[in-house]
Amino acid sequence: MTNLSLFGGPPPSAGPERFADHVRRLGPRPAGNRALIDTLDRSGLVGRGGASFPVATKWRTVQSRSRGAAIVIANGAEGEPLSRKDQTLMSLRPHLVIDGALLAAESVGANRILLYVGEAHGAALAAVTRALAERPAGEKARLNLLPAPPSYVAGEETAAVRFVNSGVAAPTAIPPRPFERGVDGRPTLVQNVESLAHAALIARFGDAWFHTLGRHGAVGTVLLTVSGAVIKPGVIEVASGCTVDEVLALAGGVRGTPRAVLLGGYFGGWISPQRAATMVLDPRGLRAAGGSLGCGVVSVLEEAADPLEISARIMQHLATESAAQCGPCFFGLRSLSAATSRIAARHPDHGDLPQLHRWAAMVKGRGACRHPDGAVAFLQSALTVFESEFAAAAGARGQKVS
Amino acid sequence: MNNTVLWYTTRGAGTVSLLLFTAVVVLGILSTLRVESPSWPRFLTTGLHRNLALMALVFLALHIVTAVVDPFTHLGWLAAVVPFSSYYRTFWLGLGTVAFELLIAVTVTSLVRGFIGHGAWRAIHWLSYASWPLAVVHSFGTGTDTWSVWMLAIDVLCILAVAAAVAARLLTQSPDPLSADRARFRERVSRKLTK
Amino acid sequence: MWIDRTKCDGHKLCAELFPERIHLDDWGYPIIVAGPIPGPLMLHAQKAVDSCPVLALALRRVERPKPAKT
Repeated sequence: MTNLSLFGGPPPSAGPERFADHVRRLGPRPAGNRALIDTLDRSGLVGRGGASFPVATKWRTVQSRSRGAAIVIANGAEGEPLSRKDQTLMSLRPHLVIDGALLAAESVGANRILLYVGEAHGAALAAVTRALAERPAGEKARLNLLPAPPSYVAGEETAAVRFVNSGVAAPTAIPPRPFERGVDGRPTLVQNVESLAHAALIARFGDAWFHTLGRHGAVGTVLLTVSGAVIKPGVIEVASGCTVDEVLALAGGVRGTPRAVLLGGYFGGWISPQRAATMVLDPRGLRAAGGSLGCGVVSVLEEAADPLEISARIMQHLATESAAQCGPCFFGLRSLSAATSRIAARHPDHGDLPQLHRWAAMVKGRGACRHPDGAVAFLQSALTVFESEFAAAAGARGQKVS
Repeated sequence: MNNTVLWYTTRGAGTVSLLLFTAVVVLGILSTLRVESPSWPRFLTTGLHRNLALMALVFLALHIVTAVVDPFTHLGWLAAVVPFSSYYRTFWLGLGTVAFELLIAVTVTSLVRGFIGHGAWRAIHWLSYASWPLAVVHSFGTGTDTWSVWMLAIDVLCILAVAAAVAARLLTQSPDPLSADRARFRERVSRKLTK
Repeated sequence: MWIDRTKCDGHKLCAELFPERIHLDDWGYPIIVAGPIPGPLMLHAQKAVDSCPVLALALRRVERPKPAKT
């Protein structure tokens, strides 16, 4: 079931794969070109940074605007606290990521590649730095390592572009989107490192091969970070098309009875254990159904935990991680977070619960980036899955010391 | 043209433009402070600021033209545009010329604000804090009426008004509720890039 | 009407001048009703755009869908 492709080869204990071993195991890197974009199209590969947007479509959009001077940003910022897949991938298979970035650059007509790696992710930074030194001179000239500030929104694509342009990793308003005008005003492809790694293997082994890795009509494999009340938390690679329950079994099973599962991290949402049993983790399928696998976080909430308290803490984190550029996001998330905390503490103000619904609708879509939308979607999932707990807590009248 | 008429006109227009520019500066500061009430909306402050500024420029133009055209003053057109080039009260008149040129920069940038962007517009607009005091000093130095009671009263009124507005601005913390948090976040995510 | 939310500082002149389509949220920032602006309201829309002290607003041309052939 765990069809290894990204993590095929030496085990994690062997550390970062060296360039010579990488080439010996997988063969030399093919050249990137327009035909590769068609192959990726047929493969059905979708982005693994959170939006699950078709990779081929993204590359084609940049390629059509490029005049040979486009830019590629390999996005390994990974600001989501619960996600570790990108760091792990970069620390074990840095050459797959670099291969993918080079293929993207050659296919879209880019002459510069930036590897945007979270500055707090020491192992990943070290592995990528060493890997860059092992590459041939011609490739080295096009590649640059750029550590990303450890903030939640640093990985947002316009924030990455702005960081390269001016050293400030805060989102910008759109239009223009990076594929139109990004770094130095040039068309810029911002692609998650896992997506690039998959592309590097598809370029070698083909789209049909990628199809064989998935199950039940889904294609390829996905990296997931499994955490919470599981026996063996960590990053695993699974066939696309597994159910959540199957994934949890791969992580050694759950400890106790799960109360709920957080899918996609702080930028995702809660699902009930009943839904988890049958929910299929297929990024393409979920996107078509209006959901999202997001960045592949699967976190199990144990029975003893207080879902309101956890949700309140996550809301507070999302509120403090706002870039404070847009009023509705900064003040809206702050109000939502405060009300959620009050309810979680069982000391709600009168009207807190209806205000949550009202403010959520007020905040949605009114920031320059999707950060407030993600926070609102997370909160709404909590209000749905933990409806009875919220109702009970919001009706509570504890000893208010005023 | 009767010499006296030109002479009175230039002094009168100068005084009126000083009064109007004082109001413009005060309104500009009130706009930054986001002053408003149920009967005084925000757009009233900015609207008045713009309209009075245009009116003030008209009186300023009248003041300059009548001064230059007046045969009594022996001012050429050059004195209106090249600071400290007049024979008549060279220094004090020159200050007026400088103040005028700063205002040209402020006016032109305001008219093309959409093309140059907010940042550049704002930087030039700060020059108005230099232009106004220069105009006041120019008025003291060149003014025939400087020491008459009514002119002194006007000067005191103008100086007090701007001083009060500036004090209010310095004593109030930023009226933009996001400014502190925005700056704090920027600090967190800013890095020096080695190109 | 398009707004750059990173520039908007909540000065509120737009809501004062174009209340037909711009309202304020609980924190004083504009909620802009979606959809194209009809001709009779264009004057007010333009005034609102011009009044913004930080140039956060702009009017963008909307693609008119081609009428269906009957």
